[in-house]
Amino acid sequence: MIEKIFLLGNPNVGKSVVFSRLTGVHVISSNYPGTTVEVSKGYLTIGEEKIEVIDLPGTYSLEPTSKAEEVVVSLLKEYPKDKSVVINILDATNLERNLFLTLQLIEEGFSVIVCLNMCDDAMHRGVHIDVEELEKLLGVPVISTCAVTGVGIKLLKERIKEAHPNPKNKLTHEARWQEIGKVVETVQRLTHRHHTLREILEDASLKPLSGILISCVIVYVSFKIVRFLGELLINKIFDPLFLDIYQPVLERLSITLGQKGFIHHLLIGELINGKIDFKQSLGILTTAPYIEFAMVLPYVVSFYLILSLLEDIGYLPRLAILLDNLLHRLGLHGYAIIPVLLGFGCNVPGILSTRVLESKRERFIASTLISIGVPCVPLQAMIFGLLGSFGGFYVGGVYLVLFSVVIIIGFILNRLLPGYSPELLIEIPPYRFPPLLILAKKLYFRIKGFLMEAVPIVLLGVAAINILLYYRLFNFVTGVFAPLVQGLFGLPKEAVVALVIGFLRKDVAVGMLAPLGLSAKQLFIAATLLAISFPCIATFVVLLKELGLKYFINAVLVMIAVSIVVGSMLNFVILR
Amino acid sequence: MRKISLIKIRENLKAKVLEISGGRILQHKMMSMGIYPGREITKLSHFALRGPVAVRVGRSVLALGHGVAAKIIVEIE
Repeated sequence: MIEKIFLLGNPNVGKSVVFSRLTGVHVISSNYPGTTVEVSKGYLTIGEEKIEVIDLPGTYSLEPTSKAEEVVVSLLKEYPKDKSVVINILDATNLERNLFLTLQLIEEGFSVIVCLNMCDDAMHRGVHIDVEELEKLLGVPVISTCAVTGVGIKLLKERIKEAHPNPKNKLTHEARWQEIGKVVETVQRLTHRHHTLREILEDASLKPLSGILISCVIVYVSFKIVRFLGELLINKIFDPLFLDIYQPVLERLSITLGQKGFIHHLLIGELINGKIDFKQSLGILTTAPYIEFAMVLPYVVSFYLILSLLEDIGYLPRLAILLDNLLHRLGLHGYAIIPVLLGFGCNVPGILSTRVLESKRERFIASTLISIGVPCVPLQAMIFGLLGSFGGFYVGGVYLVLFSVVIIIGFILNRLLPGYSPELLIEIPPYRFPPLLILAKKLYFRIKGFLMEAVPIVLLGVAAINILLYYRLFNFVTGVFAPLVQGLFGLPKEAVVALVIGFLRKDVAVGMLAPLGLSAKQLFIAATLLAISFPCIATFVVLLKELGLKYFINAVLVMIAVSIVVGSMLNFVILR
Repeated sequence: MRKISLIKIRENLKAKVLEISGGRILQHKMMSMGIYPGREITKLSHFALRGPVAVRVGRSVLALGHGVAAKIIVEIE
């Protein structure tokens, strides 16, 4: 009787894609090691039985060397072996390295079924594997699949029940590699092929000179496309929709409500020169949907389109090798660029993915730097929206300040914290070209995730602010913080409300700055402070969960100190 | 035959791993990723200023921090 099926394999062999195929549950998959840092569960029905399927982060062996691997091994070992099946997923293009874990699993007495994934890619690269012979040598079922297209998944489901323990003598690591050598020798045949353009590009992105050149081009082009697509969506779709179709409806509603009173204040907000202004009115039906749909959503779409594409092609780990040197000075190693890039979308997945880093020290530094210096898409969209009209100098300035803060804080933390950080040790995946359908699906789930998270908070947030403003309940808070904000940062005391609201969601907070009529300098300082001071509440919760209370308090202290220092420096020294 | 650290050899050179002169955890991690004594590896690139090193091991490419690469002792012709 099988009660659980574990999906196990080396990092980046396509476990999550197989998981989605087996259970119909969508999980994010990409082409780099460490995409999955959390355990996902789903169900597979075989005949009458409903069996739980568990997608695990990748691991190279059964002796863990990172937090993600620890989770895997403890989950696997605490469950009775006779009630579980391990689907061991292998990358067929890299049979030799993958077999190390396979042999370990068989030796330990797990009921193993081998899923030889990425068979199409193996063919392209001239790797031919004799599946029947491999099955005979290993003594467990072997099925070749291509999970992205679904080939072989049906057969895999049919043969799950054939998995049975076939324990062998435990080998030393050296002996195991010798054994693997013999197996590979027998079952694998390589046809010699000329270097393809893909392989030339793969190598070029790893060399210092060509690698840096390629990365500059990719980063520049990505940035341009994100902006272009975002602006296109705003100007051609969302702005016309709001201004031409939605606004007349609201104007009529406003007149019906008598243009004043509590309900009007709550739904429509303030009229600016007798008209509704989507950026300044601050009502549940006006500014709240406009911020989310017409200012932030377009950039969420364009950002995740480009990020997903780069993820699936397999470019991101190449940035790790280019940035290793710099990040090393900050107490991190090159692979920390992955959480940072995810953090530019939203800090929450960014901080979660710091689990790819080995030590607590690294994860503390990375999480703190992300929550201070990496602005998420909603925040960036609002910074562009607010400061863009004053010229690129101000927008660029915010980024420059954030970048400098990250470098300085990282450098200081690396000096102050005891211990040292481990070195870079990762696998660089080959380039792959994902089927467009898979890419579209991932984009859809990310956008859906954003909307589900953002829309309720924004609506409730704006409602709460309106009620508090209407009854003047903010006066106490503004009163307490006014000396700090006015004296040190040069901001009007109304800005306190925005900074406090930033705790809820960054985009709403920046939206609250718009009606204050701030000068360019004040907006610059306020936007920067919103970025570097506390992250939003969702990030806070994840930060506490990932770091534990002690490190969390340290992170918060760093945030407070940095905000005060940077805010007053900008006010008194840099921008005069 | 010469015993030499991986960081000391030229790019695009093939070499045979002799030993990993690090702690048990590092040796173990390397081992499970396919770098073990007797394995032939090719150095692909090396970044300046004590930067990382990329090597080809079998059919995979690994990126190693400078400190890790320094601990891999190889043998060249």
